[in-house]
Amino acid sequence: MFDGLAERLALVFKRLRGHGRLTEENIIEALREVRLALLEADVNFKVVKGFIERVRERAVGREVLESLTPGQQVVKVVYEELVGVLGSTRVPLAYAQDSPSALMLVGLHGSGKTTTAAKLGRWLLSEGRSPLLVAADQTRPAAREQLQILGNSLGLPVFVGTGTSLQVCQESRAVAKERGHNPLILDTSGRLHVDEPLMQELVAIKQAMCPAEILMVADAMTGQDAVNSALRFDADLGLTGFVLTKLDGDARGGAALSIRSVTGKPIKFVGVGEKLDALEPFHPDRMASRILGMGDILTLVEKAQASVDHKRASELTQKIASEGFALEDFRLQLRQLKELGPLEQVMGMIPGLSQQKGLADSGAAERGIKQAEAIINSMTRKEREVPGLINGSRRRRIAAGSGTSVAEVNRLLKQFSQAQRLMRQLLPLGGSGAKRTVAKRLLPFLGS
Amino acid sequence: MPPNGTPPTGLFGQLVAGLARTRQRLIGQIERLFAANAGSAPTLEALEELLIAADLGPIVAGQIIAALHQRLGRRDLKELRHVEETVKEEILSVLKATTPPPLSADPDARPRVFLFLGVNGSGKTTTIGKFAKRLIDEGGKVIVAGADTFRAAAIEQLQVWGKRVGAHVVCHQAGADPSAVVFDALQAAVARQATHLLIDTAGRLHTKRNLMEELKKIHRVISRQMPGAPYERFMVLDATSGLNALAQAREFHDAVGLTGLVLTKLDGTAKGGIVVAIAQHLKVPIAFVGLGEGLDDLQPFSPEAFTDALFVSS
Repeated sequence: MFDGLAERLALVFKRLRGHGRLTEENIIEALREVRLALLEADVNFKVVKGFIERVRERAVGREVLESLTPGQQVVKVVYEELVGVLGSTRVPLAYAQDSPSALMLVGLHGSGKTTTAAKLGRWLLSEGRSPLLVAADQTRPAAREQLQILGNSLGLPVFVGTGTSLQVCQESRAVAKERGHNPLILDTSGRLHVDEPLMQELVAIKQAMCPAEILMVADAMTGQDAVNSALRFDADLGLTGFVLTKLDGDARGGAALSIRSVTGKPIKFVGVGEKLDALEPFHPDRMASRILGMGDILTLVEKAQASVDHKRASELTQKIASEGFALEDFRLQLRQLKELGPLEQVMGMIPGLSQQKGLADSGAAERGIKQAEAIINSMTRKEREVPGLINGSRRRRIAAGSGTSVAEVNRLLKQFSQAQRLMRQLLPLGGSGAKRTVAKRLLPFLGS
Repeated sequence: MPPNGTPPTGLFGQLVAGLARTRQRLIGQIERLFAANAGSAPTLEALEELLIAADLGPIVAGQIIAALHQRLGRRDLKELRHVEETVKEEILSVLKATTPPPLSADPDARPRVFLFLGVNGSGKTTTIGKFAKRLIDEGGKVIVAGADTFRAAAIEQLQVWGKRVGAHVVCHQAGADPSAVVFDALQAAVARQATHLLIDTAGRLHTKRNLMEELKKIHRVISRQMPGAPYERFMVLDATSGLNALAQAREFHDAVGLTGLVLTKLDGTAKGGIVVAIAQHLKVPIAFVGLGEGLDDLQPFSPEAFTDALFVSS
C-alpha cells in the first residue's frame, strides 16, 4: 500500500542530481515525504513534528556524499535520528536486591499481557532463573485459567490465589520465598488509563510489591492514542519500560517511536508471534527500518547467516567484487531464498517488498521464483554470463524453453539488472559506517 | 443486526459519555485553534493535525482539508461554524456511503448466523458476550460457538460468558478443528431452534496465510450448511488501532466478505477515526460500538451520533 520512504525520496530528488549540498529549499519537499511516511506508520503527530525539526537541522547544509544521492542522504539522517530516539543501547531487566524480585505487567485490554507473561517466564527460565507466574487478573473471565494452561505447557509454576489482585500478589511473595522462585511475574488485568479506580489498584500493588520492573505491554498496531495511554500509565506508575506486541503483523509500529519519545522509557522486548518462544529483545535499528517501510533487512540477514556456508559466501562475495554479478549468481540467490523459510515471512523483511500488496500472496511469489529459475535454466551458459547478448530471437527461444512468455523473460532480465545495480552500489565499501555495516552484513546473504 | 433499526434513547448519551472521557475532544481543539488565531485564518495544517490525531490517517485528513478548501471561501474559513459543519459533513458522507448489509430473502429465517473475526486482543469474545445478552434481552434464543480452539482458555472464557448471559455454548476440546465446532454448532442451532448463532473465532493477524485459510474454511462450512440464510461477518476492531486496521479490514474483507465492523474500547481516549478510512475504501458499515466493560455497553452504531460525539463541545 505504501512505498518505502527511500523510494519516495528518490522520486522527490530525481531532478536534484548534481546539487552538492542539501539546502533548506530542496529538502522541504523531502521532509514532507518523511512526515507522511511517519504519520502513515502511526507515529504520533506531535512526535513527528519535533522529529522533523531535528532532521531538518541535521540535514540542511550537509554535503551530499558522492556515494549517496540526496534522497539516500536524507534517509540516512532520518534513520540515524530514529535509531537515536528509539535507544541505541539495550536495557537489561532489573532485579531487586531482596529475593523475590517482582516484574509487573500492565496495559490496556487485549494488548497481550497474559501471553507476554508466559513468554517472559520462558525467557527467564532459559536465562537460568526460576520465575513464578502470578495470575493477578481477577477481572477477565478465564484469564487465570489461560495463564495456568500456558504455564503448564512450559513447565512453569503458576500461582492462582483468591481475593483481590493485591492480595494475590502479596500472597505470591510468600509462596515464592518458600519455594525459592525469583522473580515474580505479575499478570494484572487490562484497564483503561482513564479509569481512575483501576489505576489506583495498580498503584496499590506497586506500593505493596515494590517491583523492580513495571513493564507496559503495548500493541504495535496502536495509533495516535498510544501516547495518551503510555503517558498516563507512566505518570501513575513510573514505568521502567515497554513490551511491544503483535509485531509479527504488517503494522509499521510507529507507536514504538511515540511511546519512547514521550516517556523516555526503553522498549525492552518485542512479541513476534503467538508461539511462546516468540519474544525477542528490542532492536532499535530494525524498528527504525520497519517504521520507514524499509523492511527488516537485518533480521533477514541474521536468519540467512544462520543457514549459510560462510566460506562459500565469502568466495562468492569476492567473485562478485572482481567479476561482477552474473545471472548465474542471481539464480543461486533465488534458490537460497526458497531455502530461507516460508516465503511469506521472508518477503516481509525485504525492503520494498514488504509493502507491496501484490506480493502479499506468497503462493504467487513462490511460483514466480520457480518461473525465474526456469527462465534462467533455459539460457545458454554464454547468455548467463553476458545478458547483453540476449536479443529478440534469443528471448523467444528462452520463453519457449521455459514455458513462459517473452514479457516474462523481459521482466526477469529487468529484475536482474536492478539487482546488479544494487550490488554495484553496495560493493565499493567506501561509504560511511552505517552503510558499510549494512553492506557487510548483506553480502553473505546475497552471495550465498 | 438487531431486529429493530432504531437506536435506544440512551445511545447518544452513552456514546457522548464514552467519547467525552477525553479532555482532548476534537471540537475543543478546533475552538482553541480558532481562538488562538482570532482574526486570521487558522492554519489548515493544524486542522489537519487534529484529524490525524483522531486516527483518520494523513490521507483521509488531507482529503477533508482539500474539501474544506474547495467548499469554503477565505472568509468562511475564519468562521468556526462553517469549518465545523463542513468537516462534519465530509465525515458523515463517508460513513453514510457504506453498503448496508445485504438483506436476506427471508428475514424470519432461523437461525441468524454471526461470525466474529479480527486480530488478537480486539475484543471478540467480550463482544459476543455482550451481543448475546442483548439478543436474549430481546427474547432471542442464542447459541454461541467456541471456534477459538487455539488460545489457551478461550473456551473457558466463552463458557463464563455463556453462563453469565444465559446462552448455550457449543464447543470441542482445545486444539480441535474450528470448522468442526462450527459444523456442530450449526446443527445444534437448527435442532434447538435457536434464533441466533454467534461464532467466536481465534484472533488472527491478517498477514498469516494459513490462519486466513482456516477462516475461509469456516466461512465455506457455514455457507454450505445454510445456503441463503442470514449470515453476518463482523470484524471486531479495537478503537485504539492505527492505520494498520485498514490493512486488516482489507484482508478479512477479501477472505470472507465483511458485512460489518464492531468498534470496541471506544470508552478510552481513542476516537476510532480509522473506521472512516475503512468506510471510504471498503464501504463496510460499522454495526456496533463497544463503550465500556458493562454488559450493556454494546450499542448499535449511528453515524450521526458518532460524528456528533466527535464534535461535541463541553
